[in-house]
Amino acid sequence: MPQAGGAGDDRYFNKWYEAQYNQVKPKPPLVKNMLWAFVVGGLICVIGQVFANYFVDMGLSKKEAGVPTTIVMVFLGAFFTGLGVYDELGRRAGAGSVVPITGFANSVVAPAMEFKREGFVFGVAAKMFVIAGPVIVYGVTTAVLVGLIYWIRH
Amino acid sequence: MNKKHGKQSIVFASPPQVAAAATIVGPMEGEGLLAAYYDKILEDNSGDQDSWEKCESYMIEWAMSTAVKKSGLTLEDVDYILAGDLLNQLMATHFAIRSLGRPFLGLYGACSTMAESLIVGAILLDGGFGGHVLAGVSSHHDAAERQYRFPTELGVQRPPVTQWTVTGAGAVLLKAMAGNDPRVTTATIGKVVDVGLKDPNAMGPAMAPAAAETLWQHIQDTGRQPAYYDLIVTGDLGVVGKTLLIQVMQEKGLDISANYQDCGCMIYREEQDSHAGASGCASSAVVLCSHLIPQMKAGKLNKLLFIGTGSLHSTTSYQQKESIPCIAHAVSLEM
Repeated sequence: MPQAGGAGDDRYFNKWYEAQYNQVKPKPPLVKNMLWAFVVGGLICVIGQVFANYFVDMGLSKKEAGVPTTIVMVFLGAFFTGLGVYDELGRRAGAGSVVPITGFANSVVAPAMEFKREGFVFGVAAKMFVIAGPVIVYGVTTAVLVGLIYWIRH
Repeated sequence: MNKKHGKQSIVFASPPQVAAAATIVGPMEGEGLLAAYYDKILEDNSGDQDSWEKCESYMIEWAMSTAVKKSGLTLEDVDYILAGDLLNQLMATHFAIRSLGRPFLGLYGACSTMAESLIVGAILLDGGFGGHVLAGVSSHHDAAERQYRFPTELGVQRPPVTQWTVTGAGAVLLKAMAGNDPRVTTATIGKVVDVGLKDPNAMGPAMAPAAAETLWQHIQDTGRQPAYYDLIVTGDLGVVGKTLLIQVMQEKGLDISANYQDCGCMIYREEQDSHAGASGCASSAVVLCSHLIPQMKAGKLNKLLFIGTGSLHSTTSYQQKESIPCIAHAVSLEM
């Protein structure tokens, strides 16, 4: 009979318990989550495409249209975070609203809003990148590495 | 006279009594299963304060003053205040107690603090160190989220095993004088139990073994069987932790499923989407103060075993990949 080990050193009990836990652990509703992610992620991309087409119609090249489209999408992500809508969206859509660039805007604006009460220097400015910071650090590092490989090979 | 029984338990010689209890909760709790029983429901999560933390302070202060008012006493009659919350350095509690101006001991047992404060309070009164003790706790969903997890506006998907931190506060006024109120008869002080689970989203499952250990020891020390109680409640194991506690006790040869409940499963409705139930200091406190104590006073519940459960990790400890140490304290209330 397993005993709840006093200091938690009963390995037999711990193993048995972990197995029990894995059995009763609720599984995420995969199909529902994927459907939400697909629809919301897809819609965000459609909105982006509409703006990209608009900028091409304005006379920009396809490549140039990427920059103003990104600016608009980042603005929309930040705007809906400010309205308190984006977290509700993310709760249901998961990666569908995290992966597009609007999710990146959300990850910067959310902590900036949350820590406003700690002041503009140590609150807003210092905490702004607590979530996005790692993405920027590893994103830039990867870009430099890939750039180096490209430069050496050509 | 030795009041200690067995390895970890206390049997009070002159059991202190519950003079009054009060609760205040946030709007989401106010739409939940116990909506009719709370003393006050806030209209929004900020309670007209300019930070979540201030709102939490306001709630604990309100609960404490109201408990005193309900008993017909004044704050001057309170010999000690015992309280705690989840925020770093007990921020919410300290700022609330500042304005109450009574002798104060701060306690930290994470979500087990309500049980902890009742036990320490009962020890003080049974020991003859005073006449009245005010015990209370608070937690605030948004204040806890920003400290332990993510900013509140961040669009993240919560895993189904997570629980929702209760916004609310509960306070109990204990008195030494005899009367016709629920008596604090025994207590079992828990040990820190760590079974090696590391996921800070799954606190109920991490805490269930601590609750099992304390319940088991309570039975050994006092000689009472689970059936002795009309109701055994744990603080915030949630749906998953509750199932696991029943399973662990079953392995030990004890069936508690007939008279066992978890406060974390008694607060929110299914459609409120809290996932695995409620958590936080206030989870056990608001159920005890708004529902269980009044039921005892009304004669509908005679013997209650209240087990506070706390997960003692910090943001630093889980970032350093440590497992989650947990604790549970049991206290019995009888009419």
